[in-house]
Amino acid sequence: MDERPILEATNITQKFRSGDRELKVLDQINFTITGGTTCSIVGPSGSGKTTLLGLCAGLDRPTQGEVKLNDIALAPLSEDERAKVRNKYVGFVFQTFQLVPTLTALENVMVPLELRGQKTEEVRREATALLREVGLKDRLEHYPTQLSGGEQQRVAIARAFINKPKILFADEPTGNLDAETGATIEKLLFNLNEVNGTTLVLVTHDLSLAKQCRRTIHLKNGRIDKDERSEPVTVEQIND
Amino acid sequence: MNSFFTSWTWKMAWRDARSNKRRLFIYISAIIIGVAAQVAITSFRDSLNTTINDQSKELLGADLEIETEQAPPDTLKAYFEVLEGEQSTITEFPSMVFFPKTGDTRLANIRALRGNFPYYGSLETRPAEAAQQFKSAPAALVDQTLLTQFGIAVGDSVKIGRYTLPIGGAINKVPGESAASAMVGPRVFIPQSVLDSTTLIRRGSRVEYKQYFKFSDKRDIGLITARIDTLEAQLGIDISYETVEERQAEIGNAIGNLGRFLNLVGFIALLLGGIGVASSIHVYINKKISTASVLRCFGASSGQTMSIFLIQAVVLGFLGALAGTLLGIGIQYLLPSLVSDFLPVDIRLTTSWLAIGLGLFTGTGVALAFALLPLLALRKASPLYALRTLDRSIISLLENKVKVIIYALITVTIFGYAVLLTQSWQTAAIFTIGIMGAFGLLLVVAKLLMQTVRRFFPSHWPYVWRQGLANLYRPQNQTSTLMLSLGLGMLLVSTLYFSQDMLMEELGFASRADAPNLIFFDVQPDQNEPLNQLLENKNLPVLQNVPMVTMRLDSLRGRSARAIADDSTSEVRNWALEHEYRSTYRDSLIDSETLKEGQWIGQAEPAQSAVPVSAAQQVAEDLKLEIGDSLTFNVQGVPVQAYVASIRAVDFQRVQPNFLMLFPEGVLEQAPQIYVTVTRAPDRQSSAEIQQSVVQEFPNVSAIDVRRVLKTINQFIDKISFAIQFMALFSILTGLIVLASSVTTSRFQRIRESTLLRTMGASKKQIIKILSVEYLFLGLLSAFTGLILSISATWLLGYFYFDIAFVPNGWVVIMGTLIVTALTILIGIANSRSIYRKTPLEVLRAEAT
Repeated sequence: MDERPILEATNITQKFRSGDRELKVLDQINFTITGGTTCSIVGPSGSGKTTLLGLCAGLDRPTQGEVKLNDIALAPLSEDERAKVRNKYVGFVFQTFQLVPTLTALENVMVPLELRGQKTEEVRREATALLREVGLKDRLEHYPTQLSGGEQQRVAIARAFINKPKILFADEPTGNLDAETGATIEKLLFNLNEVNGTTLVLVTHDLSLAKQCRRTIHLKNGRIDKDERSEPVTVEQIND
Repeated sequence: MNSFFTSWTWKMAWRDARSNKRRLFIYISAIIIGVAAQVAITSFRDSLNTTINDQSKELLGADLEIETEQAPPDTLKAYFEVLEGEQSTITEFPSMVFFPKTGDTRLANIRALRGNFPYYGSLETRPAEAAQQFKSAPAALVDQTLLTQFGIAVGDSVKIGRYTLPIGGAINKVPGESAASAMVGPRVFIPQSVLDSTTLIRRGSRVEYKQYFKFSDKRDIGLITARIDTLEAQLGIDISYETVEERQAEIGNAIGNLGRFLNLVGFIALLLGGIGVASSIHVYINKKISTASVLRCFGASSGQTMSIFLIQAVVLGFLGALAGTLLGIGIQYLLPSLVSDFLPVDIRLTTSWLAIGLGLFTGTGVALAFALLPLLALRKASPLYALRTLDRSIISLLENKVKVIIYALITVTIFGYAVLLTQSWQTAAIFTIGIMGAFGLLLVVAKLLMQTVRRFFPSHWPYVWRQGLANLYRPQNQTSTLMLSLGLGMLLVSTLYFSQDMLMEELGFASRADAPNLIFFDVQPDQNEPLNQLLENKNLPVLQNVPMVTMRLDSLRGRSARAIADDSTSEVRNWALEHEYRSTYRDSLIDSETLKEGQWIGQAEPAQSAVPVSAAQQVAEDLKLEIGDSLTFNVQGVPVQAYVASIRAVDFQRVQPNFLMLFPEGVLEQAPQIYVTVTRAPDRQSSAEIQQSVVQEFPNVSAIDVRRVLKTINQFIDKISFAIQFMALFSILTGLIVLASSVTTSRFQRIRESTLLRTMGASKKQIIKILSVEYLFLGLLSAFTGLILSISATWLLGYFYFDIAFVPNGWVVIMGTLIVTALTILIGIANSRSIYRKTPLEVLRAEAT
C-alpha cells in the first residue's frame, strides 16, 4: 500500500445561498486519505456527504479551504484543468449509474480513455476485457435501457476502472439495487479496487457497506463527528 | 473552438445522435419549410432577372420608343426621318368596342399600327399568321380574354367607332406586356390605315402617339434622347422616350419589389422555424445535462461537451437547410403559374447557385443562432449535476449579460438579413422592429397568462381542468414557445386576410344602392345634350354632368414649371408639375368637397387679371401651395393667369369626376372641352343596354362600367393575394410544424407525469382531457393574441397607408380563433397518443434514452 496521501482536505467549508439565507453545508472539514486504502463517508441525509465527495473529486470548489488530489491543489485550477486531473487520476461510480443512455455498454466504458486521445482499437480492447471481467461479455453492444440495474452498475464500475484511477469515488454505489445484486456489486468493487491498488472513497448511509472499508468518516451537520479506523470485514462476513 | 475539430467530439456527436433521430428530426423539421420558402423565392427572382436580361430587347420590342400626347409636330417628324432605321407608329387610345354578333360592348385599348413592330420578340396570335396579315387584310386583332368573355370567335366582326372590321386573330401575347394588363385594358390592334375611318380621334381625346425604332447600326441612343430633350424644350410639348435599359430597369424594379416582399413573408417562416429550433434544442439540451455532467466527471472539458451538441446543431441545421433548399428548388417550379399573369416575359427557370448558397447559409445560420442559448448554457453545466439533478432550465445558468448579447445578436442577424432582402435600411428596420415587437408582445401575453392562471387558479374546478391549467405555468412548460409560434403565424396570415378584406370592403361602394356605377367620358360638347336625353329616355338619372378642360402648369409663383422640376433643391413634387390637369368650372362646391383654407369664389370677375382657382389638398401639398400663390396654366396653347383662392379637401374615393384644380365660372366656357356624365344603371342588363345604345349613337364616347372595374380589381387582388397567401402558407406550415414539434417536445416533459398518473390509476380519457384543457387554453390565447395584434396591424395599415378606417369582421375573428384552437388541440392530442397507447413501463423505458 502506498502510504503517501492521495487526498488531503484542509479546512473545507461549503456554503450555499438559498434565497436570502446562507446555508453552511460543510464546516471546517479536515482529513487525509493515504493511497490504496478504502474509506467510507457516512452520515444521515443532509449531513453533507455528497457535497464533500463532489469537492474531493474536484467537481466543485469549496467556499473555503483546500483540496489536494495526488498532491495537486485543485482550488487554483480552472474547471477544464480540474477535468484533466479527473481524467488522469479519478474514477466515479454513481448511485444512479449515470451511463450515457445513447452509448452502448462498450462505448460507455471507452469514454475516459477516448478522452485521452488513445487509439480506438486499443481502447476497445481494454474496454472489452474489463466488461468481460465484470461478467458482461455478452452485453457489449447493449444500450443502458436494455440492461438491468445490476448490469448497468457493472458497466459503470468497468468505466470507472478503465483509466486505472489512483482514486475512485463512489456515491451510494448500491443505493439503487436490491440486496443480492448490491452484494455482488460491492464484491466486484472491492475486488477491482484491491487488484488495481486504487484508493476507494465511498459515500453511503449503508453501515454494512461502510464496514467493508478500513476507515469510516462520520459526518453530522456538516462536521466530522467521528473518524474510525478498523480492519475491514468482507461482505460474506457481514452476511454470516 | 479546438474541441470542435477533434475526432472524439465528432464521434460522440454521431453516437449520441444515432439514437435520437426522431427528436433531432423535430429539431430540423421546423427550418426546412422556412428555407424552402427563401430558396424558392430567391431562385425564382434570380431566374426572372436572368430572363429579363436575356430578353431585354423583347421587353420594349424595339431599340427606342418615343411618345407624345399629341400628333408629332413636323419638326419632330423631320427628326424621325433623320434617324432612319426601321420605324413603326402606334396610335393608342381607349375606346369602346362593339361586337355585332352578341351586341356586347367593352372599353378597350385600341392600338393602330403602321410598320413591322415588334422588332424583337413577336406578337403572338391565333392563328400565328394573323399578326402579319391583319395590316393588309385589313382586320383587327383582339385580346383572347375579350373574345372568351363574350363568346366571340376569330372571323366574327368588331365595330370600333364608326368602322366595322373582321377579327383576324386573337392576341395571346404582346412583347413586354403581362397577361394581367389585358385584364385592365383589353388590347385591340388595328391597321393604321383604318384609323381615320373610325372617326374616334377628336379634339380632347386622350391619345398616345408612339414611334418605335430599330437601328441596325450600333448607335448611341443617349445622343438621340439628349436631342429629344432639346426638342421637347424647343417645341413646348411633352415628349417622353423609353430605351431598352430603362424598360429593363423599370420591370426589374417592379419585380424586385414583389420579390422582396415575398422574400420577407418567406423570411417570417424561417424565423418561426428558428423559434421551433430554439424550443426543441432547449428541451433536447435540458435532457442532455446529465450526460454532459458525466462526461465532465470523466475528464471532458466544457468546450468538448458543448462541441458534441454544437456539432449536432450545425450538422442538423445544415441537413435541414439542405432538405429545405432541395424542396425550395422544387417549389420554384410552382411559382411561375402563380405570378405568370403579372410577368411580361416567359420565365426560363434555371438553377440559382445564389439561392442554393443563401438557403444553406441562412438555414444553418438560423438553426445555430437560435440554438446558441442552450448550447452556451451547457458550458456552464457543472459536473456536479451528475450527483445532483439540475431542477431548472439550463438557460438559467447563463448570466443575463450573455443572454442580452445573444438576443442582440439574433436581432442584428434578422436586421442584416432583412437589409439584404429588401435593400433598404428603413424597410428592414421597420420589419425588424415589427417582428421583435410582435415577439415581445406575445411573450408578455404568455407571461401574463401564466401569472394570471397561477394567481387566480380555480381551485374548486374538477381535477382534470386544474391539472390541464396548471400545465400552463409549471416548470419547463411550453406556453411561451407555443404562444410565439402560433400567435405569430396567426398574426401574419390574418393581417394578410384582413388587409385584403379591408380593401375589398372599401371598393365595394358600387354595391350601395345610390352609388353611381356608369361613367361616360370623352363626350363632345355637341353630344352632351343628346346623350343626357338618351339617358333620360332609358329612365337613367344624370347624376353628374360636368365639362372637363385639359391644361398644364406653365409656371408657379412666377417660376417656370420646368425650372422648378430641374431644381434639385426644390421640394415641389415633379408629378404635380408635369401633370395634365383635367379641370372643370362651376359656381359652387359639391358634397364631396370641403373648403379648408381661403375663400371659394364661384364667379370670375371679367376685370380681374388672374383667375381665382381652388386647389385640392393633395395637389396643394405636393406643389407647396399657399393662398394667394400665382399659377399660369397652359390651356391648350392659351396661357391663363390664376391664383390660389382656396384649398379644398376632396373625397377622391367617390365614383364621380373629382378635380385637383377647380375653376370658377366665367373663364373656361370657351376653351376646348369634353363632358363627363355619371349615371346609375340599376342592373347588369340595363347597364349593357345603355352602353350598346351609346356606342351605336356616339362611337367616340367611352364608358367605364364600375361594376366591371370592381370585378377586374377583385380578380387582380385575388391573383396577387393568392401569390402572397401561397408564401404565407409556408408560415402556416412552419407554424404547424413548430406547433407539432413543441407539442412533441413538451410531450417529453409531460410523459413522466402522465405515466405516473396512469400508474396511479388515471384513465386514458382523463389523460386526454388534461392535455386537451392545456392545448385549449394555449390555442385560444395565442390565436386571440395573434388576432388582436393583426387587427392592430391592419388598422395601422389602413390609417397610415390606405387611408381607410378598418372595422374587423367579427365572424373572421371568431372562426379564426376556433380553427386555430381546434388545430392546436388536434395536433396536441395526436402527438401525445403514445402516452396512453403504451404501457407505463414501456413509456418510462423509452423515455430514458
